[in-house]
Amino acid sequence: MYVTDKILPELPAPSNTKGIIHWLKTNLFNGPINTILTLFGLYLIYKIIPPLIDWAFIKATWVAETRDQCLGDDKGACWAYIRNRFDQIIYGFYPNAERWRVNLAAILLVLLTIPLFFKKTPKKVWLGGFILLVFPFIAYVLIHGGWFGFKVVTTDKWGGLMLTIIISLVGILMALPLGTILALGRRSHMPIVKSLSVVFIEFWRGVPLITVLFMSSVMLPLFLPEGTDFDKLLRAMIGIVLFQSAYVAEVVRGGLQAIPKGQYEAAVAMGLSYWKSMFLVILPQALKLVIPGLVNTFIALFKDTTLVLIIGLFDLLAIIQNVLGADSAWLGFDTEGLVFAAFLFWIFTFSMSRYSMALEKKLDTGHRN
Amino acid sequence: MTDKTSTLPSKPPIWNDPKYRAIFFQIILLLGLGFFLYTIVENTLANMRARGISTGFAFMKEKAGFDILMSLIPFDSDSTYGRTFIVGVLNTLLVTGLGIIFATILGFIVGVARLSSNWLIRKIATVYIEIFRNIPLLLQIMFWYFVVLRAMPSARNSMSLFDSIFLNVRGLYLPAPVPADGFKYTVIAFVIGLIATFIVKRWAKKRQEATGQPFPVFWTALALIILLPLLVFFITGKPLNWDIPKLQGFNFQGGMSVIPELFALLLALTIYTATFIAEIVRSGIEAVSHGQSEAALSLGLSPGQNLRLVVIPQAMRVIIPPLTSQYLNLAKNSSLAMAIGYPDLVAVFMGTTLNQTGQAVEIVAMTMAFYLTLSLTISLFMNWYNAHMALVER
Repeated sequence: MYVTDKILPELPAPSNTKGIIHWLKTNLFNGPINTILTLFGLYLIYKIIPPLIDWAFIKATWVAETRDQCLGDDKGACWAYIRNRFDQIIYGFYPNAERWRVNLAAILLVLLTIPLFFKKTPKKVWLGGFILLVFPFIAYVLIHGGWFGFKVVTTDKWGGLMLTIIISLVGILMALPLGTILALGRRSHMPIVKSLSVVFIEFWRGVPLITVLFMSSVMLPLFLPEGTDFDKLLRAMIGIVLFQSAYVAEVVRGGLQAIPKGQYEAAVAMGLSYWKSMFLVILPQALKLVIPGLVNTFIALFKDTTLVLIIGLFDLLAIIQNVLGADSAWLGFDTEGLVFAAFLFWIFTFSMSRYSMALEKKLDTGHRN
Repeated sequence: MTDKTSTLPSKPPIWNDPKYRAIFFQIILLLGLGFFLYTIVENTLANMRARGISTGFAFMKEKAGFDILMSLIPFDSDSTYGRTFIVGVLNTLLVTGLGIIFATILGFIVGVARLSSNWLIRKIATVYIEIFRNIPLLLQIMFWYFVVLRAMPSARNSMSLFDSIFLNVRGLYLPAPVPADGFKYTVIAFVIGLIATFIVKRWAKKRQEATGQPFPVFWTALALIILLPLLVFFITGKPLNWDIPKLQGFNFQGGMSVIPELFALLLALTIYTATFIAEIVRSGIEAVSHGQSEAALSLGLSPGQNLRLVVIPQAMRVIIPPLTSQYLNLAKNSSLAMAIGYPDLVAVFMGTTLNQTGQAVEIVAMTMAFYLTLSLTISLFMNWYNAHMALVER
């Protein structure tokens, strides 16, 4: 009988179970159907990617003083057009000399927000409260002016990316408290409060944002006492906030429902009043749960702000499509304008959606009910 | 003798009793709301009087005096404002219906592609979803309309498929079917096929429950619904003609035409909504645990049966509720048509009609009422379907 007393060296894996060939075989060419699909995919990529790169980079004109330098049979994208009009895309018609105020507000916001993302920052709640409650006033004073010797810049001069960001930030900021109240109302035991909240929420969720914007731009002036005429931007904002609050309410309601009943009962047993039990026990837990959902509603709102162009405000898309698109000095670069706008929007929304996904993962405690 | 009340906890004073507080609070709320509404109505009436606008729906019977680009019912500038509402509603319903069909098809394909074992297909699907989901719909509509469709060739140099489908800067031209005399027999055969399928399905189910013998229902249904009408169609001598669009002068005549506005809107709505549907489909399929498939396969079901009888019915339960809200979103998003001039309800009625008559309150209310009705109808239907599909729990 033969018994080996030493361990044999490991043999290398067969060549068809490792390496790039194996990967290709299992991931791209396993079976006839997958091979056809792969070839189809390759054809699709071949048809789309090289011409796109050719147009956007290789044949593109990056620097040009006039429109003519961009024209020609063998010219691709005219990014020089975007470069020349970049300031207007960002600030709209905001006067040149005052643009530093917008920049200052933006830098301030970024500087205040960054510490929130770090775990070790002390007094995060106070910082968050400052951003939510005090910063808007600072930003308003800076951007609108009128105090401390700042020149007034009326809202019809606001535009571009700046306006898009302002509308969406104000929209979510105002919609958050209103939506929370509505969500609480919808779960209230008082029949009238509950039914009013349901009707309010379902009404705004059932109509398109365009009709809401129309309503706020043509009907709102009718609702107010004769002779009061107020800002177009403010009117649009009111519509957006009401619309958005309904969506926020539904997200918050989801969080409220996820809190176990014991928490409500415990709060009542401690002798807390309704508002105290909500603000000290329920909402801190519920709101934390719904942060990813709120980020998602914010993304939707950010994309929806483009609709204000229909009622004549000059957000990012309106500046590019309606203002610069009609500029006789640089006529015929609709494609570049829209692609650039799409790129800007994409950067913002994509990074926010990644952030919300990461948050979901972080907040996911592993148990599902 | 001691006072009885002293041993019991004393009743709280009325202003501290939660029951009375709730009633009091609600009365205050109602009064406040009533006052708010009253002020609004009063102000609106005063404002309208000041501007010389009469209230009411009398304007609906007046002559509109403008033309509409596309209409499913006869419409000309002699028609009334009331008719502009109907034209707008029909156009909105058309684009919503078509959009739902196309977005569902594309969404399901992409959703399944995201789960494909093929790496390349999976990645392409992911890239498609991540790009188009994160760009505002309005921007996409404008892109298809102002950039892609404007770059289409002129009518003379149309792109064509089999010389019967043409795409050019003026839109998409398709052949239109024109049924001849004997076509009704084909339709009758189709209806008979449907009824027969229904009967066969019930019979097959009964037989399988009684004997365990499966019956190839799918292939029978295919034969009954498709082959039978086809057979009748050929026997009766192909009584269907195609009206193929022909180039005459500067444009195509005959056939069916899809105006570029509708085409761009449909394209954008489909591509945008399909990304959301794809994610819903993916998460729905992933929600069916792997053990279910393993159990089905170990019971001896074929992979096809596993998909049809085990995975899809369970996935659909997860898919349907969010799918409903995507359909609702599509219906509401179709109102963006206004940006490119497709004559939907918002563009025609809230745009042109409102501008001409100034009846802001009535028109905005009617438009919102239409969308609310549409939303409620779709969600009621989907709730019914959902209840039909829902797990029967003990």
